[in-house]
Amino acid sequence: MSSTTVFNSTTPHRDADAVNRRLKKRYAAERRFRLYGLLSVAAAITFLVILLSSIVANGLPAFQKTYLQLDITFDQNLLGIDDVSDSGQLISADYQRVVKEALKVKFPEVSDRRDRRALNALVSNGAAYQLAAMLKADLSLLNTSQSVWLYADDDVDTYFKGNIDRNIPESERRLKDKQFQWLDKLEAEERVKKSFNWTFLTAGDSREPEQAGIRGALMGSFYTIVVTLLLSFPIGVAAAIYLEEFAPKNRWTDLIEVNINNLAAVPSIVFGLLGLAVFINFFGLPRSAPLVGGLVLTLMTLPTIIIASRAAIKSVPPSIREAALGVGASKMQTTIHHVLPLAMPGMLTGTIIGMAQALGETAPLLMIGMVAFIVDVPGSFSDPATVLPVQIYLWADSPERGFVELTSAAILVLLVFLATMNFLAVLLRKKFERRW
Amino acid sequence: METLAVNEAALEALDQTVEITADEMDKPEFKFDKTVGSIHSENPRMVMRNVNVHYGEKQAIHDVSLDIGANEVIAMIGPSGCGKSTFLRCMNRMNDTIENCTVSGDIKLDDVNIYDKKQDVVTLRARVGMVFQKPNPFPKSIYENVAYGPRIHGLAGSKAQLDEIVRNSLERAGLWSEVKDRLDAPGTSLSGGQQQRLCIARTIAVSPEVILMDEPCSALDPIATAKIEELIDELRQNFTIAIVTHSMQQAARVSQRTAYFHLGYLVEVGETSNLFTNPSHKLTEDYITGRFG
Ligand SMILES: Nc1ncnc2c1ncn2[C@@H]1O[C@H](COP(=O)(O)OP(=O)(O)O)[C@@H](O)[C@H]1O
Ligand SMILES: [Mg+2]
Repeated sequence: MSSTTVFNSTTPHRDADAVNRRLKKRYAAERRFRLYGLLSVAAAITFLVILLSSIVANGLPAFQKTYLQLDITFDQNLLGIDDVSDSGQLISADYQRVVKEALKVKFPEVSDRRDRRALNALVSNGAAYQLAAMLKADLSLLNTSQSVWLYADDDVDTYFKGNIDRNIPESERRLKDKQFQWLDKLEAEERVKKSFNWTFLTAGDSREPEQAGIRGALMGSFYTIVVTLLLSFPIGVAAAIYLEEFAPKNRWTDLIEVNINNLAAVPSIVFGLLGLAVFINFFGLPRSAPLVGGLVLTLMTLPTIIIASRAAIKSVPPSIREAALGVGASKMQTTIHHVLPLAMPGMLTGTIIGMAQALGETAPLLMIGMVAFIVDVPGSFSDPATVLPVQIYLWADSPERGFVELTSAAILVLLVFLATMNFLAVLLRKKFERRW
Repeated sequence: METLAVNEAALEALDQTVEITADEMDKPEFKFDKTVGSIHSENPRMVMRNVNVHYGEKQAIHDVSLDIGANEVIAMIGPSGCGKSTFLRCMNRMNDTIENCTVSGDIKLDDVNIYDKKQDVVTLRARVGMVFQKPNPFPKSIYENVAYGPRIHGLAGSKAQLDEIVRNSLERAGLWSEVKDRLDAPGTSLSGGQQQRLCIARTIAVSPEVILMDEPCSALDPIATAKIEELIDELRQNFTIAIVTHSMQQAARVSQRTAYFHLGYLVEVGETSNLFTNPSHKLTEDYITGRFG
């Protein structure tokens, strides 16, 4: 039991110079190390700033939209309305024609058919919906003349946002010289304005950039994430608790553990295939629905949540469990009253990572049809929908200049969505983190 | 408390962890046949007969029999790793939570076998409370720490009753005057000694009959230790106490009987005063005089 060590060697001679030199070297090494760390942090921040500022710079214009003011006459004959009480007629009336008429009045000198078409192209065909909505809201407008701010076409919008160069040859640009003259005239009369693009926040997808909105994808993402969260959090936490606190340690639980870890590394598109085969083909759930998307993403995020939750449970000191068991708490009481609250912050962190992953995921959703072109804003879990990242992908793929801005704007919306979610999670975690 | 004619200096030197290795079993001087001294108690509360404990293949307790009498403090001493904690944890089935631990033999609390299939561990642990080596208050308020046990066992019918239990327990643990103004403060904000007394209050709040203490002072300074020892002596009026300690002075100060364990065997048990002044077994003598090994 007793052990003695004999120091045979003499104490090493301490040379003051050598000590100083060594110290200096050590301090230098420490400073260098700090510098490396600082540099890598700076590099990371620089990239982040570049990325964010380019997205913001590209995306912000999409929140503004160009309007043209025209004097519209709601001529009953031109519209082709003979029964005012028929709402079907009000909707399907020929508003296009009224717009054309207004342009004709404004620019009487344009007579050539080709020029007329070029003139009409300045106004978005979404203007018809604007007029329909106006008339429906106020029938007394019929047969009156009104000054109305109408949506400009996306090319006009692009021009006023400074993205069309008038100096390049006419054949290579989207707007022709004559159109520029007309626009100049309108601008001189202060009949051009830019204001907030509510369409972007309230409309679904469209083939026309000036009519396309993010609402459909946003709601699709929202419904999908709700399904994912409602399923994966309780299932993940329950699985983690069972595996950590209750399961016997044997070959079966080892096997399950290995498989969960492997699942976390499976490419996400495989989950999409699984979802297609199981949820859609076998259970007959609707295609393109947030419900199925949520189910697939649940499968994908479960391993992440389980692994994080298990780590969180493991980090709860065993002395707390002993204390609870020692006063006669049952296993379940110990877990629910003591282990779970202490593990909750870690579990929430894992869940948020999983949810962020799910929110940014496209591949598995392509397999279950959430990539379809969907105009209507989904109103329930089973309506056809798409999600933000898929919408970004769809827009990025479209040729019109207007979609470039929309793409960046949609990325901004996605980032805001993510940031909000993270913020909520941080709040929740703070609430639970009162560990004394 | 009796003062013992033990060489304090020798004890001081020994008041530290003594390590023994497994192959010491094979050394010629270790021959174990029978526990020396009387394992019986006049008024037994817990009766243990032929207890064997295995961790997997490894046997940690060999055929130990011992009585613990009502209102007595029994100290268990012995070198580190000799199985004191293991034996103590058998008495409220804390060993159940260890995966590969198997217990055989008879352990009775008031003539009822606690390892019986019909015995509910939750009620057992309410009757046989435990205080651990490291103070382990819940990360909750002082009040909640003490109130938790009574609450889960439904001991209080009303808030007033619960308040009364909390106050009473803290008073009996000698902590009331120090914390009565800050019952809402976190239990972990107390000093180590106060935390340990809080843990004792938490244990007595569920009115156990037996209290097991596993080296309750090993993480505390001498003043806090003295307070706990005083407390143990007071608690003896109402509870039966089994205390594991690595300090022989502490055993001498607080206990009426002492049991000396060696490598999983109960070597000698007897009146504390007797055992320290006049040990019968060679191993016991070696241990308490520091000539061990
Ligand atoms: N959970 C466990 N698993 C396996 N062996 C253990 C475990 N706990 C204790 N042991 C072994 O049992 C023996 C007795 O340990 P313990 O009761 O903690 O001794 P003491 O409390 O007297 O220091 C030791 O040899 C120890 O290594
Ligand atoms: Mg021990």
